Amino acid sequence: MKLLTLNFLTCAIKTCKTNPASFPLHPRDAELEIQEADLNLTFLKNILPRLMWEELRVISSELGLPELPATPPAPADLVEPSNTPLDTAEVTLAEGGAEAQEVEETPSQTAKDLHRILLETCIQEGKLVCGSCGHEYAVKEGVANFLLPGHLV
Amino acid sequence: MPIYLIRLAQVHESFRKVELQALADLAGVSLQFIKYDDNSPYCIVNLPSDSAARKVITRSILAQGIYELWGEGSTYDTLHDSIHDLSASKWSKYQTASFRFTVEGYQGGKSAADQRTIIDSFSYIALKGQPRMRDPDVAFRVFEAYDLNVSEPKYFYFGRFIAESCRNEAKKTYDLKKRHYISTTSMDAELTLLTANIAHVAPGKLFYDPFMGTGGFPIACAHFGAVVFGSDIDGRTIRGLGGSARRGQTGKMDVVGNFKQYSLESSYLGSFVSDLTNTPLRILPIDEDYTKGYLDGIVCDPPYGIREGLKVLGSRQQLLDTERQSHQDQYMLPGYIPPKKPYSFTALLDDILAFAVATLVADGRLSMWMPTANDEDIELIIPNHPCLELESVCVQAFNKWSRRLLTYRRLRESEVPEGALEAVKRDYEQGTRASDLNDFRRKYFQGFKEFESMKKEFIRMKAGPPRELDAEVPKR
Repeated sequence: MKLLTLNFLTCAIKTCKTNPASFPLHPRDAELEIQEADLNLTFLKNILPRLMWEELRVISSELGLPELPATPPAPADLVEPSNTPLDTAEVTLAEGGAEAQEVEETPSQTAKDLHRILLETCIQEGKLVCGSCGHEYAVKEGVANFLLPGHLV
Repeated sequence: MPIYLIRLAQVHESFRKVELQALADLAGVSLQFIKYDDNSPYCIVNLPSDSAARKVITRSILAQGIYELWGEGSTYDTLHDSIHDLSASKWSKYQTASFRFTVEGYQGGKSAADQRTIIDSFSYIALKGQPRMRDPDVAFRVFEAYDLNVSEPKYFYFGRFIAESCRNEAKKTYDLKKRHYISTTSMDAELTLLTANIAHVAPGKLFYDPFMGTGGFPIACAHFGAVVFGSDIDGRTIRGLGGSARRGQTGKMDVVGNFKQYSLESSYLGSFVSDLTNTPLRILPIDEDYTKGYLDGIVCDPPYGIREGLKVLGSRQQLLDTERQSHQDQYMLPGYIPPKKPYSFTALLDDILAFAVATLVADGRLSMWMPTANDEDIELIIPNHPCLELESVCVQAFNKWSRRLLTYRRLRESEVPEGALEAVKRDYEQGTRASDLNDFRRKYFQGFKEFESMKKEFIRMKAGPPRELDAEVPKR
């Protein structure tokens, strides 16, 4: 599972949901793997405002990954500043003229780093632990198991 | 606004307008239907421009192509007149272009020689360029609509080709027969892609399927550019330890393998094993500041309780203290399987809606499939929620039952009526057996029984009386 999913996951136990300590889940004994993926700038831009940044920093430091900046990057930081934006944007008024020519954007180093952490770093084996109740969810072959045992439903 | 002719495939009729409207909304162009009939593959629409038309149709699954309408009529004479009226000003533009000119019949057709005569009758358009069948500069097509088993067409259209849809290619690529890993209830590729279109899947969006199985819906969403993840209560289907539904297939088959087959791994976040009624995803109450929605869409085909059991975590009976203790003692052991109990289908549908409200962004979409028996006279119950607006209902009919694709839009906070969130507590069917909990399942199996007895009766009729009949035949 890619690290981005941890940004959406809490403890499955209903009584934990209301306790802020249940988010994020804390990785323990995690085996990480880097799986190369194509950088998706549109997606990064879309997901950036929805990220729980503070929690992402916590997970990242618990996994021993390079420290993330204290504040989340701004959407503009994801794109390499372009020197000649108007050259490519010279829109030929095609039929209808409504065609807004897509300017080819280059992802910045910030975008690449974010992509590396969120979409290329995967937890293959290990546990995810709830900070509220301490319940451990096992991750096997990259698939976490959130089924609750009989006494906890 | 220019008028266009959309050539539709004559399948899944109730989905066609819905799909086109969804694609137009997604492309941000205005689409007006001028002429549409469920029994006709030709649909006339208004669209702002050729490029808008191209945008809408290239992603369509139920359209085959789109043409600029140059004329129509119920005879060739009226067709030619209409072409003179509507498009004479456009002829000169294509005078020197290389071109292709074809005739297409629906429910009928003409011989090659007749087609040639028809094509020659359009000589007044004065195309002087080279005819070229492959990659011409411009392509024209005459459409002949026939009634079934009638030799002469009843209506004609003539159009300039604008764009082809991805229908044929996508259907071929995602064909279940060629998919690495499927299960017994994998949905047909055409319908999954169609669902993705209706759910407004688009590049850069995040989609989730809570009943993913072997990943049919996430794959379709990833095809249209979304980043996807999913979950299932059965971990074996995700990891691929349950074996393949395909006869004779052995070895490691898993969902990741499917994404690899289509080179979509980059768009796959992964999946986890979970139960929707005890979901690990963030679903805190909406007023809590940090739980604004984070999913752009949810697509799913929930288990109906017939071929796939409808079960959630829990025990049929209240656990005794000793049983509780034994679960607690043993749940860490490797072979431990959490207990599951059958669940009410209507309750599950409401749970899905509540989950969607808690996780979707404003204007995010939920598209889910739901079965119903066809014989019900009562108004079909469509689950609803004050924070969701029903966008469309599409029906795929089978013999005795049908399934419907329900699509909802998550309202923006400002659109939700005051006090609407005072949740209406509903009473669900009580019971511990699957059939007590699932009205549809009960009907399905009763219907099945009826059908069986009908079949037996039929066989008996065939086997019984034929002797007498045979004896009578020679007399006639």
